[in-house]
Order: sequence, then C-alpha cells, then structure tokens
Amino acid sequence: MELKEKKELIDQDGIRRALTRISHEIIEKNEGLDDIVVIGIRTRGVPLANRIAAKLQEIEGEEVKTGTLDITLYRDDLTTIANQPIVHQTKIPFDITDKKIILVDDVLYTGRTVRSALDALMDLGRPQNIQLAILIDRGHRELPIRADYVGKNLPTSKQEVISVDLEEVDGEDLVTLKEYVGKN
Amino acid sequence: MVWERRSLLGLEELSKDEIELILETAKSMKDVLARPIKKVPTLQGKLVVNLFYEPSTRTSSSFSLAAKRLSADSMGLSVKKSSVVKGESLLDTAKTLQALGADAVVIRHGIPGAAKLLAEEINIPVLNAGDGVHEHPTQALLDMYTIMEKRDKIAGQKIAIVGDIKHSRVARSNIWGLNKLGAEVRVIAPKTLLPVEVERLGVEVYTDLEEGVKDVDVINLLRIQRERQDKGFFPTIREYVKFYGLRKEHLELARDNVTLMHPGPINRGIEISAELADSNQAVIEEQVTNGVAVRMALLYLLIRGGSKDEKAIT
Repeated sequence: MELKEKKELIDQDGIRRALTRISHEIIEKNEGLDDIVVIGIRTRGVPLANRIAAKLQEIEGEEVKTGTLDITLYRDDLTTIANQPIVHQTKIPFDITDKKIILVDDVLYTGRTVRSALDALMDLGRPQNIQLAILIDRGHRELPIRADYVGKNLPTSKQEVISVDLEEVDGEDLVTLKEYVGKN
Repeated sequence: MVWERRSLLGLEELSKDEIELILETAKSMKDVLARPIKKVPTLQGKLVVNLFYEPSTRTSSSFSLAAKRLSADSMGLSVKKSSVVKGESLLDTAKTLQALGADAVVIRHGIPGAAKLLAEEINIPVLNAGDGVHEHPTQALLDMYTIMEKRDKIAGQKIAIVGDIKHSRVARSNIWGLNKLGAEVRVIAPKTLLPVEVERLGVEVYTDLEEGVKDVDVINLLRIQRERQDKGFFPTIREYVKFYGLRKEHLELARDNVTLMHPGPINRGIEISAELADSNQAVIEEQVTNGVAVRMALLYLLIRGGSKDEKAIT
C-alpha cells in the first residue's frame, strides 16, 4: 500500500493564524495566564507548544513555562503497530500540581494519544485542570475526548492521512492530506 | 535504529547502535525512577520469570524491580543451586516457562552459553544475567550507562578494570561493550588473574596498579571472590590488598575527578579502601539505581521492541 499526496490543506500563514487565534482563546477562557503551563506531546506537539507559549508571552507579557511529554510508555497500541516507537525523555522541569495545563498535539484522531498523555500527566502530579489544544481535528474518535482549542476541523476518511510538517522538525510548515492507495 | 533482537545474550554480539539505543532508552527509564510515582503501565499483564541457578540477590532483585516498575509481574522460579543442569533439564525448564505464560526469562547460570541454549529452545526473549565466566551484559550496560552519565561520553575515555579479570564475566562484557563505543580499556591484575591472551580482547594490560591508573578517567574495581584464594590464584588477601587495593594515594595518578565504580557488593578495605568507597568520586550506589533503569530499558525493548520510525504514529 502506498501513501499518495492528495492536496495541501494549510500553509505556513494558515498555521500561524490558527496558533494566534488559539493563543487568544486560551487567554480569554482563562482570564489571563495565571497558573498556565504549556506541554507538548512528542514529536510535533512540542514545537506547537513552544509557538503557543511564545505567542501567549507576546500577547500578555508574562513568562509561560513549557514542557515536553513522551507518552510511549503509556500507549495502548504498542502490540498492534508494526514499528515500535523509541522511548524519549519527558522534560517537564516544574511541578504540575495545581497548574492549568494546556496540552498540545498536532492531530486529534482516535483520541488514544491524548488518553495516554492524560495518564502520563496524572502520574506526574495533580493539575488544577488540563485543556487540550490541537492544530487539526480530523474526526473518527474512539474515546470520549474532545479538544478545547482547535486550529482547524478537517473531516477525513479513514484511508486518508493528515501529515503535519513543522519547520522545527521537518524544515517547513505545511499540512497536507494524503491517502493510501492500492491493495491493503 | 530498530530493535530486532529477541534476546540479550551478551555484548560481544551487539552493535554500537544497539548499545546506544539501550543506553538512550535507559535515560528515560531513569527519569521514571526519579518521579513520585515510579511506575509506568507499558508492560501491564506481562510476566517476567527469574531463573537463577546461581545465588544472587542484587541482580535478581534489580530485575524484579525493573519488571514491576514497568507494571509487569515478576516471578522467581526456584531451582536447586547445587544441581548440575544439563541441556535436557534446562529444556524441561523451558517448557515449564512457556506453560506458565512467561513473556521473558531472566537466567543466571554457572555454565557459559546456558542463556544461549535456553534462547534456542523457547520463543520468548531471554536475558542473560550471567553465564559462568562468559558474559554479564546487564552489569556492563549499567556500568557503561554510569560512565556516560558521569563523564558525558564513553568514546575516548580511559577506563581501568582492576581485579580478577580471569574469572570475571563483568570484565569481559565491559571490555566488549566499551570497545564498541570507542573507550580505551585497560585491565590491571596480577598475572595469575589474567586470562590467557587477554590482549586479544583489545585491552592494554598492566600488572602494576600505580602504572595502570595513570591518567585514567574511570576505575572499575571487580569484587575479589575470597574462595579463589584457596585455589592459589593469589597468596593472601593481605598481599592482594597491598598491591591491588585502591587507596587515596593512587587517585593522584589518575585524572583529577576520576570516577570510581564497583559492581558490588564491595569488600571494604580489600578492593577499595573504606575512605574511597565513601568518597564523592565513588558512584557505587548510583550504579545500583542505574542497574534498574538499564534493565527496564532491556525488558521494554525485548518485550515491546523499539524503533526510531516515528512519522508513522499519530
């Protein structure tokens, strides 16, 4: 089975605007930045978290702490995926207890990654609350999980794949829709 | 780097990349051990069986703790210490393990190659926790992890291994592993405690402690097995201490902040003076913690597998 590119969905400006809007929504909903920390899920949630934190800082003039969450040891699908993921370090250099966590990832799909991330965070402390910020919500949830902040809703079929490229990881900012073609 | 090996039998057969993947994974595992909740669910429902044909408290406890920290169940299968276990009975044991539903087996055995034999008989991962004088890969990996943590890197480090090299599986595994990662390894021991053609392992050989520790970054002291003395490998403990016991004055010859390691349990005042064992340069307790982290990494990699292909996961 081959993965073919179907079309470009969001370019660099589009990503920037979506993150700016999300940042404003975070400030509005929380009435400022008190106790707010931003934590990105590896891999592509991390640069997004850093960008949101920078934007929050720019808007409110307050420093916002960021962290990196690796959820490999909390996944429920390790036996079903062919290539097993390497375990990376979680880097959250502050106590999350009583904090309001903005949890960031690139794509929200089945919800299983977020479920793992919630378990991982709960083992690290007892936050006041956790809010979910997502660049792309592509539907097909398998768990009762929804995002608080969404960059763009993009309904997809299960044969399609949303590929998020970010400058920090992939060299450019681009969201593309791809599709598996050929035999299964 | 994709982890493809089913079992960990020794460091001689591992590649540099494989060793680095283990050490990298161990770093994340050590972070888990530093948290208030020192447990992750990744191996939930898995069973790890400890099969120790030689007495060992430290290694078997370390393996059980590692399994528990990953939410696996750990169970010891008691085997008679004295029984000379031949291929056939090991095979029977293997069948028992499979019937128990084990997902991995940790084996320590007095005969070199016992782990390999077991691995050939069963289709679950086998972890060698010491096979005779052959290899003790997890001890070497935790030593290497400790060196990496303390010295930032392994390549180019001058590492001295002191003591009974001849009977030491720890030394053998260390030498193979450290050489693959580019360290300069030397061994220091009386001639009677050096294996035949030890140079072929790729080490410099010293019989004089003072000469041997000159400019080294790490000194790894092996435990002296007192029972060896009866077999005439060295005249008296006192004489061994005089010539090969590490004392404060030796440190002046080594690098300023030399790291002192020992696989434990230490014989205070024999391999190392009490003063040095308690000094800041000694990292003996940290080695114990690192041992759990390294074994967690191995259990994870062997039972779950690992790879760097991340783009496929959403």
